[in-house]
Amino acid sequence: MTSAWAMAWLILTPLVAAALAFAFPRLGRSLALGTAGVIGLAVAHLMRLVFANGVQTHLVSGWGAPLGIELRADGLSVLMLIVTALIGVAIALYSQRYFVSEHDDEALHRERYFWPLFLFLWTALDALYLSADIFNLYVTLEMLGFAAVTLLALAGTRAALTAALRYLFVSLSASLFYLLGVGLVYGQCGTVDLPSLAAQARSGPALWVALALMTGGLIAKAALFPLHGWLPPAHANAPAPVSALLSALVVKGPFYILLRLWFEAFPALMTPAVAQVFGALGAAAILWGSVNALFQPRLKLLIAYSTVAQLGYLFLLFPLAASREGGFMAWSGGLMLLGAHACAKTAMFLTAGNILHAAGHDRIKDLDGITHVLPVSVFAFGLAGMSLIGLPPSSGFAGKWLLLNAALAQGQWWWVAVMILGSLLAAAYIVRMLAHAFTRVNEPKTPNPIPPVMEGTALALALLAVVLGFASPWAAELLRVGAPVVGPIVMGGSVP
Amino acid sequence: MVIVSTPSTGDPHTMPDAGYRIYALAGVALFAIGFYSLLVQAHLLRRIMALNVMGSGVFLVYIALGAQTPGPIPDPVPHAMVLTGIVVSVCATGLALALVDRVQAAAGDAEPGEDA
Amino acid sequence: MTSRVMVGVLSLAMCAALGWAVQSLPVRPTGLTGASLAKLPESGVTNPVTAVLLNYRGYDTLLEVGVLLLAIVAVWSLRRGEWPASDLHDRPLLMSLLRVVLPVLVLAAGYLLWIGAFAPGGAFQGGALLGGAIVLVMLGGLARRVLAYDRLLRAGLVLGVIVFAAVCAVTMLLTGGLLQFPAGTGGTWIMVIESAALVSIGLTLGLLYFGGRPNGDRLDSEHRRPAHHA
Repeated sequence: MTSAWAMAWLILTPLVAAALAFAFPRLGRSLALGTAGVIGLAVAHLMRLVFANGVQTHLVSGWGAPLGIELRADGLSVLMLIVTALIGVAIALYSQRYFVSEHDDEALHRERYFWPLFLFLWTALDALYLSADIFNLYVTLEMLGFAAVTLLALAGTRAALTAALRYLFVSLSASLFYLLGVGLVYGQCGTVDLPSLAAQARSGPALWVALALMTGGLIAKAALFPLHGWLPPAHANAPAPVSALLSALVVKGPFYILLRLWFEAFPALMTPAVAQVFGALGAAAILWGSVNALFQPRLKLLIAYSTVAQLGYLFLLFPLAASREGGFMAWSGGLMLLGAHACAKTAMFLTAGNILHAAGHDRIKDLDGITHVLPVSVFAFGLAGMSLIGLPPSSGFAGKWLLLNAALAQGQWWWVAVMILGSLLAAAYIVRMLAHAFTRVNEPKTPNPIPPVMEGTALALALLAVVLGFASPWAAELLRVGAPVVGPIVMGGSVP
Repeated sequence: MVIVSTPSTGDPHTMPDAGYRIYALAGVALFAIGFYSLLVQAHLLRRIMALNVMGSGVFLVYIALGAQTPGPIPDPVPHAMVLTGIVVSVCATGLALALVDRVQAAAGDAEPGEDA
Repeated sequence: MTSRVMVGVLSLAMCAALGWAVQSLPVRPTGLTGASLAKLPESGVTNPVTAVLLNYRGYDTLLEVGVLLLAIVAVWSLRRGEWPASDLHDRPLLMSLLRVVLPVLVLAAGYLLWIGAFAPGGAFQGGALLGGAIVLVMLGGLARRVLAYDRLLRAGLVLGVIVFAAVCAVTMLLTGGLLQFPAGTGGTWIMVIESAALVSIGLTLGLLYFGGRPNGDRLDSEHRRPAHHA
């Protein structure tokens, strides 16, 4: 099977499954599981092809760029697809029992619409990571946004609906900024194809403005400080599996596009000043998000603010990967951190969902003794917290370690200070939650029962987050395929 | 600001070289007006309309870009992109309206007090 | 008040920057007109916009049809639709109008679909007319019972995506490339995709106007216990 077939399966399977899940609502659960299986196989196959033969491209409709649209799979795309598939499979499993835990017609309605929306979300993500055409990326961004907003609104509460509407307004206006930027790029360069843009290597005022527009829109969608305000209420008020999808996957798509634009399409425009601005916003996100997380009364809000902070780490990649010497080390570190965060954050939100089910609320100070009720979930939360803080041997540690070494190697020690502070704050808010969970209680509360698959998937993802640290050399090798930056990976941490 | 058209050679149907610019600038103005209204208006329906105005501005810029061709036929690629954009815009409006209705039903009015 | 001023200044600054960017765009065209016209004979249609939409950049259109379906799924998940509060007995003029206009609209939609291959037109344009016809039907309060045919509606809505995906699969088996039509058959495949898309687009647009899932949506509440309406 060629890579074209793998790519086609990756995009068409969830799309058709979404349509069928809408036409035959009863088949929703099976369609999701089937899709997860097919996508898993397709991603594995594509990964093998990319490892063996390098960057895979396919010209859709047989027309070469710039007239046609190109699908492209390099190391970065495959890593994003793998992360998406892992989380997608976990959510597909978790949600089999999540909605049925509540017995009423409204829950049934929510489940019936969850499956097609979830599958549309998956389609959008797969299409996004495989596309090498900036206008096509606009369409995938819109599909992603609509699915995300509607999934959030499924919760039905007033807080969720208000958060969804705010998210929708941000998403739509951001998309329009992006679209205008694409138009200016086309006007200047005559193409919207990423490799062609990279080959042209142009500069000019129109491109500066275009890139500013596109970046503004994408930053809002990726919830980078200071345009992050929509995220905490949205991620906190969504149903648990949706929160996981939003934090782990949806906000990463726009970040990926930013990487493609700045590192591949217009690298000449990424001056050191611009890179430092990205880093500064990332640092602000880390500090602002972590400090806010510390003071949140509700568990889901804590986790949501933690997402704001962790996204800040990703933007540290810009100042650290732009240079030649430490470039690839920071690149792979940042992206490993992305994957680690996806697994850990999903585990955390699923755990929060379990706690919400069992206890009926998620107020942290009232969660005393929840360990006795949900030992597996709290353990999963702890493991995920390990990865978030960056304790070895987790993948969170691997990513942060690489970023720290890159910062030291380039003498940008100020990012080191921010990262260390961020880890300390993360430790503080994780321990805060665990402290409440482990307190002794006099009267044990009677919980609602939790299906084992719900606890199981949370645990599995948390374990992955911890264990995948050992896979980091392999991940780095994957990322080398088609990477826009080069450089050694010095795991010894030597400071010149 | 050079928006005066310079005559091109040959075909009288051709858009003069820089004549498309006035339309692109109009699109830019619409985009800015829409953006301003989106941030300033409190009424949710007006915000949706502001988004539509922004979208129309973007589409106008695309069409203007497609007009600067040497022959009588404009560049079809921006036209196709605008068609796609219009469809997506209609979908967005439909979704936004349904969501606004749910929010209003839950809250009781159309002015949430906080801005987006 | 000051926040308004600040936003106003920001918008003006943005407008100025954008205007400057537009001014600096190259005057000589850098677009793809030449390329699209050059390949037109191989595309299977003679209207360049249709060629771009359904052939060169057909993959965009595939995702776009997906977005259309997503929109109606989303709106159905959010609320129940409602009929406009009108009664045909109060509106004899509307009824006479409908008698004349509806058949014309449906015919025009089909005509636009057919002519899209060689003149301005196509599935989206025809679909918009069809959607308009459906809106008129709703305004007249007609065909209320049609909305009870859940399965039929859902089938019509997903038809565009399903047929498009099927064409992708078949052509991929034939040529090995995604959406790559075998030589000479482009026109036929495009017509197949567009015909299915026309139905879906028209239904989607009309039902978006309806604003939500039909009442008494049995498929949603099919379950062990009988459904009760909100």
